[in-house]
Amino acid sequence: MLHTVNKSPFDRSALASCLASAQPDDHILLFEDGVFAAKAGTKYESMVKEAAGKYKVYALGPDLQARGIDAIVDGVEICDYAGFVALAADNVMCPWL
Amino acid sequence: MARDRLTKIMFMCRQAPYGSVYAYEGLEVMLIFAAYEQEYAAAFVDDGVFDLKKDKDSSGIGMKEFSTTYRVMEDYGIEKVYVDGQSMKDRGLTPDDLMIPVEVVDRDTIAKVMAEQDVVLPF
Amino acid sequence: MTFGILILEGPYNHQASDSAYNFTQAALEAGHKIQGIFFYHDGVYNVAKLMEPPQDDRNIATRWAELAEKHDLDLIVCIAAGKRRGISPEVIIPHVRIDGLGQLSEICLEADRMVTFGD
Repeated sequence: MLHTVNKSPFDRSALASCLASAQPDDHILLFEDGVFAAKAGTKYESMVKEAAGKYKVYALGPDLQARGIDAIVDGVEICDYAGFVALAADNVMCPWL
Repeated sequence: MARDRLTKIMFMCRQAPYGSVYAYEGLEVMLIFAAYEQEYAAAFVDDGVFDLKKDKDSSGIGMKEFSTTYRVMEDYGIEKVYVDGQSMKDRGLTPDDLMIPVEVVDRDTIAKVMAEQDVVLPF
Repeated sequence: MTFGILILEGPYNHQASDSAYNFTQAALEAGHKIQGIFFYHDGVYNVAKLMEPPQDDRNIATRWAELAEKHDLDLIVCIAAGKRRGISPEVIIPHVRIDGLGQLSEICLEADRMVTFGD
């Protein structure tokens, strides 16, 4: 399953709710304002790092770049739109809007 | 048809009513979809549990009271309705506060049902 | 692989329509098919033809119309959500049709995968 999170964790509970539902081997893509969770040095860093140990966690590169985020949490993989498409082709999507 | 069997569709209801249109128009989607006779499930999670709160009265805000329509979900073929127990507990709700009898489950159960779906639509 | 795309948020106010556009382009470039693109909730405003943003900004409606024309995409605006918001045949861009929620159901049944963008 591909979980997509497009909300900042500082504002909404979408990521927390997603993590409560994710199963081992699931994929989680952070995009739009969801990429703020991938930023290094935030209060959510340990949570995201732990998640990256259990699931495959990605952040959408163009959304990181647009928001000026260059340092990201260890274990989070950067993907582009082509990568997003590949993830969505391989998995059923659950959008955490 | 993309599948040679019924398509499994889950409606993931995470938004409360009235503050935004998602719950209302989401319910319209559920009722129309039901006519296509596939395998449907609905999960009420996070603020979505407020959708099922009984004794709502929207007359004072000038908006249409639509949530009694959730009562017909089962008649329309949305037979599996799951409500997240933790979301209810967090919000001070018990099954008695809801307008329909529902299966209160944990998140893991919902996650496992979700993993069987072909389509998950968020409202 | 065939994708169905569902867009639930209006233009400019939220990134949803931009993300959906970028995703659709990438999917087409990768050789995938698009079963249909369905606009619901405030997403119906994405195809309003009278939008006229400043010249240095993208025109979201025009961009969808051009992509639809180039790739022969099926763009559908929900009739119920559109009526509620004043979206009628007179005010929409070319290459878009107005139809019922049944079309969204058809997309869900016909496409291999549904991809949803919203708030």
